[in-house]
Amino acid sequence: MNSVMDQTTEATPEQIRDNKLYKSMGLTDHEYGLIKDDVLHRLPNYTEVGLFSGMWSEHCSYKNSKPVLKKFFTKGKHVVKGPGEGAGIIDIGDNQGVVFKAESHNHPSAVEPFQGATTGVGGILRDIFSMGARPIASMDSLRFAEPKTDADKYFIQQIVAGISAYGNCIGIPTVGGDTAFDDAYAHNPLVNVMSVGLMDLDKIEVGAAAGVGNSIIYVGHKTGRDGINGASFASFQFDSEHESQRSAVQVGDPFEEKLVMEGCLDVINNHSDSLVGIQDMGAAGLVSSSAEMGSKAGGNGMELNLDLVPQREAGMSAFELMLSESQERMLLCVKAGHEDEVLKVFADHGVNAVVIGHVTEGHNYKLMHHGKLVADVPVDSLASQAPVYHRESEMPEHLKNVDTNQYQPKITNPTETLKEMLSQLTIASKESIYETYDTQVQTNTIVAPGSDAAVVRVRHHDKALAITTDVNGRYLYLNPREGGAMAVAEAARNIVASGAVPLGITDCLNFGNPEKPDQFYELDQAVMGMTEACEKFEAPVISGNVSLNNEYDNIPIYPTPMVGMVGLIKGLDHITTQDFKHAGDAVYVVGKTEPGFNGSQIQKMQTGNISGKLFDFDLDYEVKIQKLVTAAIQQKLLNSAHDISEGGLITAIAESTFGNQLGVDLTADLTVADFFSESQSRFIVSVPQEKQAEFEQLVGNDAQKLGKVVDDNHLFVQANDGYFDIDVDKAFGIWKGALSCRLK
Amino acid sequence: MKFAVLAFPGSNCEMDLYNAIKDIIKEDVELVSYKKNTLEGFDAVLIPGGFSYGDYLRSGAIARFSPIIPDLQEFAKSGKPVLGICNGFQILTEAGLLPGSLQKNVSAKFICKTEPLVVNNNHSMFSSEYQEGQMINLPIAHGDGNYYCDQDTLRELIANDQIVFKYDSNPNGSIDNIAGIINKQGNVLGMMPHPERAVEAVLGSDDGKGVFQSIVNHIKSRGVIYE
Repeated sequence: MNSVMDQTTEATPEQIRDNKLYKSMGLTDHEYGLIKDDVLHRLPNYTEVGLFSGMWSEHCSYKNSKPVLKKFFTKGKHVVKGPGEGAGIIDIGDNQGVVFKAESHNHPSAVEPFQGATTGVGGILRDIFSMGARPIASMDSLRFAEPKTDADKYFIQQIVAGISAYGNCIGIPTVGGDTAFDDAYAHNPLVNVMSVGLMDLDKIEVGAAAGVGNSIIYVGHKTGRDGINGASFASFQFDSEHESQRSAVQVGDPFEEKLVMEGCLDVINNHSDSLVGIQDMGAAGLVSSSAEMGSKAGGNGMELNLDLVPQREAGMSAFELMLSESQERMLLCVKAGHEDEVLKVFADHGVNAVVIGHVTEGHNYKLMHHGKLVADVPVDSLASQAPVYHRESEMPEHLKNVDTNQYQPKITNPTETLKEMLSQLTIASKESIYETYDTQVQTNTIVAPGSDAAVVRVRHHDKALAITTDVNGRYLYLNPREGGAMAVAEAARNIVASGAVPLGITDCLNFGNPEKPDQFYELDQAVMGMTEACEKFEAPVISGNVSLNNEYDNIPIYPTPMVGMVGLIKGLDHITTQDFKHAGDAVYVVGKTEPGFNGSQIQKMQTGNISGKLFDFDLDYEVKIQKLVTAAIQQKLLNSAHDISEGGLITAIAESTFGNQLGVDLTADLTVADFFSESQSRFIVSVPQEKQAEFEQLVGNDAQKLGKVVDDNHLFVQANDGYFDIDVDKAFGIWKGALSCRLK
Repeated sequence: MKFAVLAFPGSNCEMDLYNAIKDIIKEDVELVSYKKNTLEGFDAVLIPGGFSYGDYLRSGAIARFSPIIPDLQEFAKSGKPVLGICNGFQILTEAGLLPGSLQKNVSAKFICKTEPLVVNNNHSMFSSEYQEGQMINLPIAHGDGNYYCDQDTLRELIANDQIVFKYDSNPNGSIDNIAGIINKQGNVLGMMPHPERAVEAVLGSDDGKGVFQSIVNHIKSRGVIYE
């Protein structure tokens, strides 16, 4: 029993070497050589090659992105846990922590949209409750191509239905997100899910398995053949052949997850003396969760008996058992002698739980199957010692010799251009999507989807959390660094507009193939831009996820680092929404309007493309403007605040009229075209009459009064060279109906 | 008085109900597991929304076989108030405590939004706090909320004044715009909208308080605990 046995039906170590079978699992010649010569000093068998292929995939090891991720600003006085665990934690006072993380499920969703989306939601929720937090809200950041065919529409509807099915069933409100449409995401949609949890800070759990003799307990669904080696799959890039990769997609069961969640939270909250560590089985399933737990405990040895793993199908091999990504499974390390106590908790919740192994002396990770030793590798070689690549970086061709002039919109009839803008899918109301999400369960949702940020109260305290997701890939395509900073800035504007102060961010870094220098450049630059902005906003990165190889037939998506930001509202009376509230209130634009047309929605709408040098962005000015708006909200000077982003000032004005069907009568010293500029650092706000003097004193020259809110249901905005003139209900109808109409 | 809030595997609104009763209505309330087989000591039973048993097979169809159900049926027979909300309504129809059934919404999609309702009957023990014909705003959140019954049953529901709440603009295809009905005895109400989500103005509406307050008033006006 001392030698590592090979399973008879599988390729022999020699066949793997001679026929380079490791390549089909995603390992390179170089990586195979490392395993053979530096780690094991012998030929790895089939199971072992499988373990390394999963653990050394980008999805698990971050081997291509680690050097970049190290650049992130992760410190802050309120950070309790930064990146590295299931999710990060920030102290929000009163012994409470907010826990959040985002995860991408782009590849599974591309081949099976419904299940890809459900399992995306399920996976991120496990990351949250494995920290000991109860999930209180989710968000979804989606990127699709413009729907043209019935298949496109079906695809979008299935993604939305998957999110709805999982989130609604498990009873965690989906409170918002963002959805944008661009053909850059054809064949490679983005499905990013963010979840936020709340916990008592004295209940933090970590994913570590320490203490020789302690037991490893498997919890949840049985293991089947779904999602075998999905982590490696997610690290490949798609091509026209990817339809054949359907077997790599998992199937979600929200009912089981609900039981698993309640069981785990029960163990964490009421049996913490028995618990050493807990981790979800996500990417690369059992091997990833167990090896990471052993490695985090300082390279502890571990032995698992695979015959004890609950199995859905007969005859599963060790490779399949270890690399399956069957959903709704957790792994716990429990103190020796306390196993029965923990198993009983799960039994009470109707959840399958079984001891499958132990923490052992030494540093090796050993797997037994059918009485034979089928893998024996140093635990750190799988996890903390995975290879790291410093990729080459080179500016992409499309960023060289760009036209530095800003695009000039062509507008003959301003009202018609506004109507066209409101019907752009990226601009139009997403109600037909979010009305299929349960936004209110748990009864804490104060601001539901549709405003700048969602607001969820912290029950029994006079405080609330503001949550948003944001990124505009077009900006990053034209300038990854500035675009990355803008993504953080816009998220912060949303948070600030809702009355909150930014706490921190999570991210999903959706990029192309890092082995291509021009695409690595985008990733590297974007992270630098994001981190510069995070530092300015004092909003550290506390968690995140990387999704590379988002390409189809070698054409990458726009670089799209989704930013999920959470802010704290101290005092529920600071909560602010974007809707104008009362006729007679004065309307101001805070922040300077500059020509911002390259990469804008109007450039895309009028030319079908985006091009040129991205408009300028001044981070210090952005911070200054946001601080002014925060001050105005805290001094209770504002009745509404709305971030100005895609579609520009006129779009923001129109959106502010929709909620309460109030009109406006405004005049600005701007051209009609300026009203579509997407220059950053701006808000549209409304101020009650009696507060105007105080507000003007606060903002000085940084805000311009445009006019006032009126109650005649009419939007009238006079520019220097024309005017916008439309009934609010007409504009509202166009904006509200555009998306549902295009998805019919 | 004391409320029981039943909790089935997959229920997800039990804490919302619990918090509404405890924090807003300020009455005693206790969560009761589906595994229990007694409801002794409770004056009213609330069955929460959610997805009991994942709503696999059919909404409420598996929960209906839980150990607590025979006792719930006894409790209902005794005349004490039983309120099923959303999945709770579906469980009540499956358990034979209310007529009809809840089908998939006509849109075939889950719908979550606040809907205007008309109080069709304000002399039930669940609606006495409202005026007859009053419009109230309550959130709905369901995929299977399309109430159906045959024409004879519908005639009976109308004749006995069993339709308590109606939708003002039907969101799911329910027959006769039905949002909530009581049994013939008047002590079992099933409704798809969520009154527990509308008990605080900060959450958008407190129109739902009346449902719970009506129950409290009914119990307290009797001045006795049922045998």
